[in-house]
Amino acid sequence: MVTSRRQFIKIGALGAGSLALAGSSFNLAKGSSILDKISGAGTGEPLRTPTYCEICFWQCAGWVYKDEDGKIQKIVGNDDDQHCNGRFCPRGTGGVGQYNDEDRLKTPLIRTREGDKESFREASWDEALDYIAGKMRAIAQKHGPECVALFTHGSGGAHFGQMMKAFGSASIAAPSFAQCRGPREVGFLTTFGDIIYSPERIDIRDTRCMVLIGSHLGENMHNGQVQEMSDAIDKGATIITVDPRFSTAAGKSKYWLPIKPATDLALLLSWIHVIIENEWYDKDYVERYTVGFEQLKEHVKTFTPEWAYGITTIDPNVIRETAREMHNAAPSVIVNPGRHVTWYGDDTQRLRAVAILTALLGSWGRRGGYYKPEKLHLPNYPVPPFPEPKRNPTQAYEGKYTLANEVVANGLCDATIPTVDRSCNYKAWIVNGTNLLAAFPNQANTLKAIDALELLVVVDTMPVEITGYADVVLPECTYLERYDMLRNSNHRQPNLALRMPAAEPKYNTKPASWIAQELARKLGLSAWFPWKNIEEMLDWQLKEMGSSLEEMKRIGVKNFPREADDLYFSPGEEVVFNTTSGKIELYSSDMESAGFEPLPVYTAHEEPPEGYYRLNYGRAPMHTFSRTANNPNLTDLMDENVLWVNPKVARLWGLETGQYIKLKNQDEKISTFAIKVRVTERIRWDSVYMVHGFGHNNKKLSRAHGRGINDTEMITRVHIDPVMGGTGMRGNFVTFITDFEKEGKEAEA
Amino acid sequence: MRYAMAVDTKKCVGCSDCVVACQTENNVPIGFCRDWVVEVTDGTYPQLEVEIRSERCNHCENSPCVRCCPTGASHYAEGGVVLVTPHKCIGCGACIASCPYDARYPHPDGHVDKCTFCLHNRVEKGLDPACVSVCPTKCMYFGDLDDPNSPVSKVLKTRKFKTLIPEAGTNPQLYFLI
Ligand code: SF4
Ligand code: SF4
Ligand code: SF4
Repeated sequence: MVTSRRQFIKIGALGAGSLALAGSSFNLAKGSSILDKISGAGTGEPLRTPTYCEICFWQCAGWVYKDEDGKIQKIVGNDDDQHCNGRFCPRGTGGVGQYNDEDRLKTPLIRTREGDKESFREASWDEALDYIAGKMRAIAQKHGPECVALFTHGSGGAHFGQMMKAFGSASIAAPSFAQCRGPREVGFLTTFGDIIYSPERIDIRDTRCMVLIGSHLGENMHNGQVQEMSDAIDKGATIITVDPRFSTAAGKSKYWLPIKPATDLALLLSWIHVIIENEWYDKDYVERYTVGFEQLKEHVKTFTPEWAYGITTIDPNVIRETAREMHNAAPSVIVNPGRHVTWYGDDTQRLRAVAILTALLGSWGRRGGYYKPEKLHLPNYPVPPFPEPKRNPTQAYEGKYTLANEVVANGLCDATIPTVDRSCNYKAWIVNGTNLLAAFPNQANTLKAIDALELLVVVDTMPVEITGYADVVLPECTYLERYDMLRNSNHRQPNLALRMPAAEPKYNTKPASWIAQELARKLGLSAWFPWKNIEEMLDWQLKEMGSSLEEMKRIGVKNFPREADDLYFSPGEEVVFNTTSGKIELYSSDMESAGFEPLPVYTAHEEPPEGYYRLNYGRAPMHTFSRTANNPNLTDLMDENVLWVNPKVARLWGLETGQYIKLKNQDEKISTFAIKVRVTERIRWDSVYMVHGFGHNNKKLSRAHGRGINDTEMITRVHIDPVMGGTGMRGNFVTFITDFEKEGKEAEA
Repeated sequence: MRYAMAVDTKKCVGCSDCVVACQTENNVPIGFCRDWVVEVTDGTYPQLEVEIRSERCNHCENSPCVRCCPTGASHYAEGGVVLVTPHKCIGCGACIASCPYDARYPHPDGHVDKCTFCLHNRVEKGLDPACVSVCPTKCMYFGDLDDPNSPVSKVLKTRKFKTLIPEAGTNPQLYFLI
C-alpha cells in the first residue's frame, strides 16, 4: 500500500454478497429490543422519540413519529427547541430519506489486493476493527500515535475524538473551520475577543436592519436564521443584500446591491468611510469600548463611495443611502458575518471590516444586533487524564496560520504529503462524516495526501467518494438509529437536547459511540471509555444537571435559566473584552503583532480571462453539502444542479436553458460530468453559479451518480488566507464546452 | 364554514419544506406531490423581481373537477374542502384534465389524489395542515373564512392578495398575499 497508488474502488462493484447482510440487525440494548424501550410502546400513544437532526450542523431538535407498523413516518420539530421553534427545514423533514436510502453502506469493508486488482471484501465488525487497531498500533510504534489524524464533521467527532486523545493524538480537524466559517471567527476574535458560535449569536428576531453579504439565507437554510429573518420582515426590518446574483434573499430585500464579484471589501471600507465621515457611528459606544478609532478614521479617509464605485460598480448614492439605513436602525442592525466565507484568501480581513462596522454601529451586545449566548457547563464522565501528545497539530503547519483558533484541516492534509523539510507526516487518517474530496478544494492535492497514507479509515453512512479510497470502510448507522452525545449549544438560553434511536440500526451498521468504544477497547484504551454503554454515560451527565435520561426521553429538549441576565449590555455598562487591550480593537494589535495589516486593506483580485466566467457556488434549501444528494425524499425535490448563465452570455455562446454542457477551468480541468444550463437574468454576466454538492462519481449512489457538476472538482486554484489557513475557493474561472461525448444520466435521457 | 389558505409571497423562500412535510404526513409516494413551489422572475438584470409561491389544490368553490367526476368520488366535504374518495375513484382522469391548476395526480394505487387541506388527519383534530405547521418562514395562514378571527380571515383583511387564474371562474380558496 505504501508503494502502489491506491485505486478508487466503486463500492457498487461488490458482488451480490453485499445484499446477503441486508436486513440483519443488531440489538444495541442487549437482550431486549430498543423498540420495547421507546416511550409510548404498547400504550396506544403514537410512538414518538426525541432526536436532534444530523442533516446539517444546525442540529434542530425534534420528534420522530412512527406509524402503526412501527415504520418511521415523519420527523417534526420540538416546540421547545430554540434552534428550530418546532419547525424543521426541508432537509430535516426529509431526514427519513437518509434512513430509507437503499444505497447506504451496509457492512464493514476491507480493501484487498490480488495482483494489481484492488477490491473491497466484506468483513465482520470484529475483523475490521482488529485490522484497524493492528495498523494503528504499528503506526504508533514506528512513527508515534500523533501521526494519526481525525477529520470529522458532525456528531461522530466527540466519540472518535475521545478515542484519538486517549491514543495520543491531538490532530482532530473539521472542515467547518478552514473551509467555511474560520475567517469570521478570527475576524471577530481579533476585534471583539469572542467568536460568533453556531448557531450564530445574531439577534435577527429583533433587528431593524440586516445586511447580507454574499450570504443567501433562504437558499442557505440555517433554520433559526431563516425563521427570524421572516419575522423581522414581518416587523418591517430593512434587508440589504449584496450579491452578484439576485438570490432569494435579494428578492425579499429593500436594497439589492448587484456587486461585481470579489470586491466586497471595497464596499465595506466605503461604508465605514461614510459612517465616520457623517458621524453616523455610536459615539458613546466607540469612546467607551473601542481602541484605534483615530487610526481607522485616517485609514478610510480616501475610501469614498466614488472610489468604491470604480471597484464595485455600486452607485455611490446607494452606498450612502444604505449606510444611512444602517445608522437609522442602529444599534438594532446586523451586518451578517455569514458562514461559508472562505472566498478569496483575504477573507479574515473582509470579516474584520464587518466586525469594525458592527462596532461603529454599536450593535455588538445590543438587542437586534449581537447577543451574548450562553451554554451549560456540562461535566464529562470522569476518565483518566489523556496522554500528552508528542506533537501539537499546529506543528503540521509550523509558523503559518498563526491566528487560527481551531485546527486547520487542509494544514493536516498538506502535512500528509511527504516533503524533505517537514518532520511531521501523517500516516493514517480516520475520516468521519465528511467527504473530503468534496470538502477540500484542489482534489489532486487531497489525492496525493491519501496516496501517502498507510491507513485510511472512512466511517460514513453513504458510499461517498472518499470511501472509494479507504482501506477500511465502517458503516455508521444514521442519526435516527443511534444515541449520540447531548447537544449542548450556545443560545439565548442554555439548553440540552437528546438524540436517541427511533429504530434499530438497519443492515450491519453501528453507532459511532459503539465503534469508537470498541476500537478503543481493541487498542487497550478502555480506561477512557469506562461506561457500560452510552446510555449510562448520558444518564450520568444528565443527573449531574438535575435531569435524567428518562426525563429527556420524554421531553427531548430542556432549557435552563441563564446564569446572569446579560444577553445584552446594559446602558453605560463597563465591559471588558477578551482582547489584548481589553477593548474592542478597531485597530487590531493581534493582527499587527502576527505580521498582518492591523486595518483591512482592499486588494484587487484576479478577474476572469476573456471567454471565462467566475465560478460561484452556493446552497439549495433542500440539500446539505454533498451529503443529501442521494436522499430519495430530497432528490425528489432537486436531483441535479444547474448552471446559472446570464442571457447575454448565453446568446454569445448559443446556450439554451435545458441544454447540457461541460465546463473547463483556467487550469484546463474539464468537468467529469455535464450540467444543465439555466439561462436567467438573476446572474451577472461575469460569473456563473451552481449549487454545491452534486456531480457524484460513485455509481453506487444510484440517484446522485453523474447528476450535475461537482463544483469542488473545478476549484483547482486555492487562495490560502495567510491569517488562519482558510481555503479561498472563489478565484476559479470556467468556460463552456458544448461539444463532448455524453455519459452518465444525461446520455440515458 | 369555509376553509381557505393564504400564502405570503413576500416571505416564502421556496424551500419546499411544505412539499416534503406533505409527503411524509400524507404518505404521498416519492415522485409525486400534492403541493409544489413556483418561482416567477420578472425584469432584466439588475431590475428584477421574483415571486415565489407554494401552490396546491385551490379547493375551488366552483370546481370543474367535482362537476366532471362520473362517479361522485370527487366531492365537497366539510368547509368546502374538495376531496376524492379513493374507493369510489375509477382513475379515469377526467378531473385531472379539467383542473386548471394541474393540482391532481394519478396515485400508483389506481386512484386520483390531491391536497386535502389535511382535513381528516389534522384539521379535524384542531391542528394546522402539515405544510402550514412546518413552514420555516411561517408564510402560510389557514382557517375558516366565516370566522373573522381565524388567521386566514385576519391576514386577508390587512394585506393585498390575488388568486390564480380567476378568469377560469372557479372561485379558488387559495390566496396569495402580494
Ligand atoms: S436546519 Fe434543517 S437540516 Fe439543519 S439541523 Fe435543522 S432541520 Fe436539520
Ligand atoms: S415551506 Fe414555506 S417558505 Fe418553504 S416553500 Fe413552502 S411555503 Fe415557501
Ligand atoms: S394542506 Fe395538507 S394535503 Fe394540502 S398541501 Fe398542505 S400538507 Fe398537503
